[in-house]
Amino acid sequence: MAQLTYRDAVARGIAQEMARDEDVVFLGEDIAKAGGVFKATVGLLEQFGPLRVRDTPISEQAILGAAMGAAMTGLKPIAEIMFADFIAVCYDYIANEFPKSRYMTNGQVKCPLVVRVGNGGGARFGAQHSQSIENWVMQFPGLKVVAPSSPVDIVGLMAAAVRDPDPVIFIEHKSLYATTGEVPDGEIVDTLGTAKILRTGSDCTLIALGMMVPRALAAAERLQAEEGISCEVVDVRSLVPLDTQTILGSVARTHRVFTIEENPRVLGWGAEIVSIIADEAFYDLDGPPVRITTPNIPLPASDILEDLAIPSVGRIFETVLRSMRS
Amino acid sequence: MAKSPKQDRSVTAVVNDDISEAKRLEMFRAQVLMRQAEQRAFDLFLENLVKGTSHLSLGQEAIAAGVAAAMEPGDLSFCTYRGHAHTLARGVPVEKVLGELMGRDNGLMRGKGGSMHLTSVEHGVMGSYAIIGAHLPIACGAAWRAQYKGQSDVSVCFFGDGTTNIGAFHEALNFAVIWKLPVVFVCENNLYMEYTPISEVTAVEHPAADRASAYGLPRIIVDGNDADEVYRTMLEAFRKARSGEGPSLIECLTYRHSGHSRADPAKYRPEGELERWKLRDPLTIYKARLREFGVSEADMKAIEDDVKRVVDEATEACKAAPFTSTDILFTDVYADGGWAWRN
Repeated sequence: MAQLTYRDAVARGIAQEMARDEDVVFLGEDIAKAGGVFKATVGLLEQFGPLRVRDTPISEQAILGAAMGAAMTGLKPIAEIMFADFIAVCYDYIANEFPKSRYMTNGQVKCPLVVRVGNGGGARFGAQHSQSIENWVMQFPGLKVVAPSSPVDIVGLMAAAVRDPDPVIFIEHKSLYATTGEVPDGEIVDTLGTAKILRTGSDCTLIALGMMVPRALAAAERLQAEEGISCEVVDVRSLVPLDTQTILGSVARTHRVFTIEENPRVLGWGAEIVSIIADEAFYDLDGPPVRITTPNIPLPASDILEDLAIPSVGRIFETVLRSMRS
Repeated sequence: MAKSPKQDRSVTAVVNDDISEAKRLEMFRAQVLMRQAEQRAFDLFLENLVKGTSHLSLGQEAIAAGVAAAMEPGDLSFCTYRGHAHTLARGVPVEKVLGELMGRDNGLMRGKGGSMHLTSVEHGVMGSYAIIGAHLPIACGAAWRAQYKGQSDVSVCFFGDGTTNIGAFHEALNFAVIWKLPVVFVCENNLYMEYTPISEVTAVEHPAADRASAYGLPRIIVDGNDADEVYRTMLEAFRKARSGEGPSLIECLTYRHSGHSRADPAKYRPEGELERWKLRDPLTIYKARLREFGVSEADMKAIEDDVKRVVDEATEACKAAPFTSTDILFTDVYADGGWAWRN
């Protein structure tokens, strides 16, 4: 068991899979010699060599297209799109190519690849380098989407993503790279499509993802300590496949639900989950589901403004308290 | 202004006997098959048996035939939405192609892809891509796999003149050159970007070849209506790719006899342009070539008749085939065979 940063867990997860399978290759901008702009891939070039860990030009379409062509013909590529926002310049592969190739060809074409992206705010990077792009990628049938919130989940879900026969978007949160957690020694392989209950509770369920997970846990702590409200915290982890059963099971026990989303309000992942709850667990509810999100605005750069925009521990605390008391 | 193909030919065909009669007859048969199958696709559309859209390669057959004749089994084709001819050229049965266009259960993808996405992995046809430029980087990736694994296959990527103005074209060329990938980019310059003359929207005269120098590649322009010229040029490109010398970019000059798609009567073409190009119909050129090398009219006619029989039989088989079964609506979204996105 070792304490590992979320950043070092990325390199460990990739290394575990590259050591296991020679067909796993890794490409992206500044990922090899520089070790990644977030220093999350340090040491991989030295360990696996320049044929398997390859720097690319600033050509996001070429990166994702090449990953797809390699995946179709027998490799298991991991591609990095540095900032998740840059998905917008290679969206054709996300929207039209990866997810549809198997279906359109009646199962002839396979596309087993992983696209890693640095997602989310909190780093004062402004509107084009801070977005939460979960809903940009989770809407396409054929794609899978995971967003780990801890070092151990990074390692285990990376293994699951690389070994999965479908294209997987692997969402890392930039503001979590420096956080640490316990990671067991040896091979770790997790399962896509599984949510985790990180804290059990009886009064309400907080459903969170990515950087909102530690904030939901901190808010739950305060709500218990200061107000005696017992919150269950569910880390969604995998948006596609979605572990609906864990979510519905929690709602059935607590009867109140809050989604805590970093994305702007409209069409966030929480809207889909709330819609499922409304359809399938309406009579379990003792009150309306509440979505706690970034307002529907671009993210500002200033620390004061960005902190106001993204759900904070204080905002989660107050929103839950107000709803539970009303 | 319409270009004369003669003026654009910077490489003159050298007529000699470096191509065997068997290879020439193979290329002739391929061109006849593509011509007849495409005409049949159009007829079936008029009978309302082909739905949706289709983009025909009538007039462009020599490129598909010449490239395919130079390919080895195991080489990979990446095609566009104008991909019927390239699919047939790799040996995919006519029935499978027409069946796909007609939404029948005997179709290549059982009707799930349609005209613009013909794919037959077993024949090395790795897909027909309907988003302009998308498949150039994908072909690079397949070539990267060959390079990484030490495999000898080459990836060929076909695209139209219009593709040369999209970003993915430039990203893919740079990428293929810096990684020295075994990929051959084949631009089919039919003078029109959909409905607009390519010359009106492009900074250079030759949309592909004039960009080659930006990527350190030689400027290669061939007569795309002469299968022999295409074949010879491709042999050299394949040799280069297989010997680790990297990619090639080849601009083939041609002309489509029909509109961009089935909805396009091509009224934007200047008077007489189509007629001038029909004088240089790939089949007319090739029959003259075969005569020159002593192939009899009777032998050519026998090939044409046999192809007609094949296309007729395929048409009847498709008309008799059941429509796609509805149980495949939900299959193959994910690798487990199904479509479940939640538990």
